[in-house]
Amino acid sequence: MIRMVQPALRDPLVWAFAALLLVALGLPSAKPLFAALFPTLDRPLYEQDSFVALLASHAAIVALSSAAAAAVGIAGALFVTRPAGREFRPLVQTLVAIGQTVPPVAVLAIAVPLIGFGTLPALIALALYGLLPIVRAAIAGLESVPAAALEAADGTGMTGMQRLWHIELPLAGPVLLAGVRTSVIINIGTATIASTVGARTLGSPIIVGLSGFNTAYVIQGALLVGLLAIVADLLLARAERRLGRWTRA
Amino acid sequence: MIELQAVGKAFGAIQAVDGVSLTIEHGEFVVLIGPSGSGKSTLLKMINRLVEHDRGRILFKAEDIRSFRAEDIRRRMGYAIQSTGLFPHWSVARNIATVPELLGWPAARIAARVDELLALFGLDPQAYRGRYPHQLSGGQQQRVGVARALAADPEALLMDEPFGALDPITRRTLQDELARIHRASGKTIVLVTHDIDEALHLATRIVLLDHGRIVQAGAPRQLLAQPANDFVCDFVGRSDLGLKLLGLQIVAERMRAGEPADGAAIAATMNLRDALSLFVERHVECLPVADAQGRVVGALHFADLLARPA
Repeated sequence: MIRMVQPALRDPLVWAFAALLLVALGLPSAKPLFAALFPTLDRPLYEQDSFVALLASHAAIVALSSAAAAAVGIAGALFVTRPAGREFRPLVQTLVAIGQTVPPVAVLAIAVPLIGFGTLPALIALALYGLLPIVRAAIAGLESVPAAALEAADGTGMTGMQRLWHIELPLAGPVLLAGVRTSVIINIGTATIASTVGARTLGSPIIVGLSGFNTAYVIQGALLVGLLAIVADLLLARAERRLGRWTRA
Repeated sequence: MIELQAVGKAFGAIQAVDGVSLTIEHGEFVVLIGPSGSGKSTLLKMINRLVEHDRGRILFKAEDIRSFRAEDIRRRMGYAIQSTGLFPHWSVARNIATVPELLGWPAARIAARVDELLALFGLDPQAYRGRYPHQLSGGQQQRVGVARALAADPEALLMDEPFGALDPITRRTLQDELARIHRASGKTIVLVTHDIDEALHLATRIVLLDHGRIVQAGAPRQLLAQPANDFVCDFVGRSDLGLKLLGLQIVAERMRAGEPADGAAIAATMNLRDALSLFVERHVECLPVADAQGRVVGALHFADLLARPA
């Protein structure tokens, strides 16, 4: 028992996750603390919605949009690194780079009149915004696969799919996942803005707090967003290490 | 086994291979040699369809290679390349198992085959099975690369400058191992190199290429003794032609059986070039010759080296 618990106690991921849960569940009980810190505020604690529900909804929106960005991004990178799609590579890279230069607020502003208020425009905006790091990393990862390994894969009689699945994706994996990690972290931050179009995220207390000069609300929202980003980063860093395990053998 | 009929391949305006016809018999060790850009690698890759020929026909066991699925023909021919092309994220065992896995062999048979091959190449299966390629020396990596090519007991073995990146001593050791495997298995081997000594050492037939055409094809001795033109002369080397010829023959072919001689005996299987070196080194005109069991069976005189081959 002790042998199982001890390594867990030294694991920063366990600590970060515990801190995230503790803050999400414990903020309501910290009302007196915020009342003492901000004596001028009538309402020192955000109470329109539970923090746990906001956290869950925020994480879900990020997970969905990042998954969509990863699926589209990796598919796109695969297409432009095949002989058939090689010519489209500059075009795809330019398109994605342009997508990154548009501020997410602008994407939301355009999405609302087209799709309406709610979670969907937020998901679309976040997915588009998270595309660039993934496409860029996936292309870099796939290009980094040694040419000799590819020649050997062909020479030993692997089909295109076998080569992709057994050789290219595993070798591109760590670099590719680093791109996904960047994208997810960006999206966790950007998702706060999505509350302006009616999506339920941890951005709600921040936006309400900013417009109503309620610093306590801003701190409460920002604290949770920050912790969520740390947990996600540690988690994906661990997956990255797992994929690149063989390099340290 | 493999038959090329007026095969050609152009990359843009450049004719990489220009109407090559060549028949490779079962059990032959054919070395394709030539300067850079002579088309030797392209020719090799056309045999397993890594490069598709655009003129002529290539037959494998009397069937057009285009009548097979490209993957199937590649699984029937082992393929080894210079930079080994080992999959860096796979263990040695899994790398060797590549083609048997693709062919769907049962796990127990694959494991047994992997250990057998590791042992064949002098790598302790226990110690090396689980290692990753980056944990091996260059020579060990290349052994694993050749083991992978042999794993599914292919009908032919194609090798593209397999020993090009190795130091001279390791290269020589691996060449000897390959020669031994060729003698033991009788496999058809096609090897590409630009190293004439490697070609003379390994080949049963050398095919010298230039500008995508065959300049001369024949046994090593024939290439040295009867070069077709100046290009062949230059390529095999003019200055040490005699030494190379001696390198192709062994002591047993020239020795005087039953004659006694003094001094430390040399092996009957030693090549005459090394024997010449010993004559000079020991300042003698006669060397005793011993058989594999170490018994003196005859003598080799310095003058015997000058005799015309029978």
